[in-house]
Amino acid sequence: MTLEAAVRIKRDGFRLDVTLSAAAGETVAVLGPNGAGKTTLLRALAGLEDMEGHVTLDGELLEDTSRGLHVPAERRHAGLVFQDHVLFPHLSVLENVAFGLRARGKPHASATARKWLDEAGLGDRTEALPRALSGGQAQRVALVRALVTEPKLLLLDEPLSSLDVSIRAEVRRELTRQLASFNGVRLLVTHDPLEAMALADRLVVLEHGEVVQSGKPEEVTARPRSRFVADLAGVNLLRGHAHGDHVTVAGDEALAAAGAGEGDVFALIHPRAVALYRTRPDGTPRNVWHGHVDGVDAYGDRVRVRVVGPVPLVAEVTRAAVQELGLSAGTDVWMVVKATEVSAYPA
Amino acid sequence: MRRARVPAAIGILAALGLLLFLLPLAGLIVRAPWSQTLAELTDPTTTTALGLSIFCSLSATAIALVLGVPLAMILARTRGTLRNILRALTTLPMVLPPVVGGVALLLAFGRRGLVGSLLYQWSGIQIPFTTAAAVMAETFVAMPFLVIAVEAGLRSLDQRYEEAARSLGAGYWRVFTRVTLPLLRPAIFSGAVLCWARALGEFGATITFAGNFPGRTQTVPIAVYLALETKPEAAITLSLILLVVSIAILVGLRDRWLGV
Amino acid sequence: MAASMLAACGGTSGACALQTSCGVGPVRTTLTVFAAASLQPAFDKIGAQLLTTNNVATTFSYAGTQTLATQLTQGAPADVFASADVAHMTTVQSAGLLHSQSVLFAHNRLEIAVARGNPKHVHSLADLARSGLVVVLADPSVPAGKYAAQALKAAGVTVHPASLEQQVTGVLSKVALGEADAGIVYHSDIVTSGKVDGVVIPDNQNVIADYPIAVLKSAQNQTGALAFVDFVVSTDGQSILRAAGFQGV
Repeated sequence: MTLEAAVRIKRDGFRLDVTLSAAAGETVAVLGPNGAGKTTLLRALAGLEDMEGHVTLDGELLEDTSRGLHVPAERRHAGLVFQDHVLFPHLSVLENVAFGLRARGKPHASATARKWLDEAGLGDRTEALPRALSGGQAQRVALVRALVTEPKLLLLDEPLSSLDVSIRAEVRRELTRQLASFNGVRLLVTHDPLEAMALADRLVVLEHGEVVQSGKPEEVTARPRSRFVADLAGVNLLRGHAHGDHVTVAGDEALAAAGAGEGDVFALIHPRAVALYRTRPDGTPRNVWHGHVDGVDAYGDRVRVRVVGPVPLVAEVTRAAVQELGLSAGTDVWMVVKATEVSAYPA
Repeated sequence: MRRARVPAAIGILAALGLLLFLLPLAGLIVRAPWSQTLAELTDPTTTTALGLSIFCSLSATAIALVLGVPLAMILARTRGTLRNILRALTTLPMVLPPVVGGVALLLAFGRRGLVGSLLYQWSGIQIPFTTAAAVMAETFVAMPFLVIAVEAGLRSLDQRYEEAARSLGAGYWRVFTRVTLPLLRPAIFSGAVLCWARALGEFGATITFAGNFPGRTQTVPIAVYLALETKPEAAITLSLILLVVSIAILVGLRDRWLGV
Repeated sequence: MAASMLAACGGTSGACALQTSCGVGPVRTTLTVFAAASLQPAFDKIGAQLLTTNNVATTFSYAGTQTLATQLTQGAPADVFASADVAHMTTVQSAGLLHSQSVLFAHNRLEIAVARGNPKHVHSLADLARSGLVVVLADPSVPAGKYAAQALKAAGVTVHPASLEQQVTGVLSKVALGEADAGIVYHSDIVTSGKVDGVVIPDNQNVIADYPIAVLKSAQNQTGALAFVDFVVSTDGQSILRAAGFQGV
């Protein structure tokens, strides 16, 4: 069972052009900043948006605009879990869950719904109205409501973002378990890298309506291909042109990089590999730039120092080093990066 | 929670506004010939008019629900010029003097009216002077109140509830009856109450289009108007009865509709 | 204009301004007249006449006589009251609102109003009892309705009206619009409407409506009010009333 989709949507000032495939048994997370078109993509797959392109699920064509084919949302067997759950406020928890069963004419809707709710640990909340539920309970009810109809495709929109931070970790573990027991295609969208890393077997990074990168989470963060991914991985990412052992980046600065190869590349520098000095250091490193500190942010005992210079970089140093060097906004510093610490890969 | 203090000026104006409602009511209650009330209550003119009024206003509200909710749905879906035109047409009876509305109804559904003439030729049925005409007049005048309320309710309704229902496999009618209508219940209820209250008090369009005949088209407002000339005490009593009945129906309906 | 007349008066005294017999011409005064709805066509003409001859600007409040009587007893300010029946004038008199005795100034006969050309062939009150004929009357609480009931009783006819209108003009408009086949109205209504035909009701069945007029005690402009009443009963006033379908006194 697989999902194959090519979704193109054009609206005032907004464009989405995504090709996507996902197989049963894997959880695919579409990750991107707000406004990237993630929710629109999800809604298009569910049949709730006008789109161009095609969607195939388990061999069944759900959408093919070249042939004018559109299977309406109610006949797609796609379970959609909205960001803020969208439980029917006038129906009890039991009736919310039984809704899909009744709509599809399944017998024993109440009994089935009750069984699912029991399994989800919500057996004592069946008669409650949604407004009486906690955020975590509402999230679980929304998921059960989608799963009980046994859809072929499960679509989750920011499943954890509406929850209180204190319960997120717990709900995330629960969600991981429930996702693992669902056999269909699992697709979730999120802007939260942590959520994506924790839940997904595969990441699809969406920016400005386009897929900029996809792959296993560790592959994606190891070789970011966009500013968004670089930021979430917490690394410096430069774009440039490689000539053997150096890369020309913006401002015609030459960056020494061991084995950079040839052609357009991304150059990745981990902040820990950026050393800072108050005076120009002597010695062999070839990547030496002068700049001044733009900002200092502490994370635990590590401190990230943003430096503005010919090549803007973030350096990660210890608190002791900040004290010793007397670093604060405006301080003049020298940045040094060894050529072996720059990893370059084709753009 | 501690709210900001309300300035005295607001309080005074609000009190004046309230007095404008309260004083006429007090006038009715103080001047009411209480000793005659029971006699008036059992007077056939009163009971007939009251029964007719309740029948007509509830019928008008029922028709307004059946026709007005779909109309509100269309209005809520349309955009731009078409919507403005539809809206203006729908709200026309709200600004039209009811007597003019009655004349307009005559010109449309009267024996020589645009549609009424065809009806009369084919079937010999004449709408004016019938109870049906009273119901039509009340519907004409009162339905906009329902349409406006339901349209506002639809516009503020989160469409994702309907989308969630669809994604769960519900077709159009199931979504409409199990999700849209229940979620619209407060808007429909308040719209229906406004509509019913307007229908109950309707006078101008009814007397113009339906005329006045006890038991057929003489609703309470018309009976009150006629009684006011000959026996004002009866008019006051009748008005008070109307007041009590409307409050009773309002409270009763509220419990039934909004009782959870 | 008022100023020039005052000057023409010699600028002598203010009293002159209120005198209708001031030789050169009176100063304009205003007057409020409460009059039965059926009087509108005639009284509008009388008002216009009075403006040119006596320089009295008249404001009319036309309504059903019963409405006017109610308004007057509730304290509505007016100078003159012209009623379509004696009963309501008596009501106002009993309330102590009259300045002087009322005088009868016109009579009005009942007539059957039918569509132009009388397509349903209505020729008498008895025809009104025919089944299938849509008849509209004024409500018995309205003078015209009371008279109609008397006339029908005198003719020994029982009709089943489709509606009892709250004013006689309602009866007229229902016939004019074709919703009713016949209705009982005043002869003057038929004369001034021009949209319906009249069928005469013989004297032995007919009811003659008496129109009394009186100056009210609350009159702000008693001189003007007296002048108005004088004009209504004068030869000129009577001829205007007759042209509008009333019978003179």
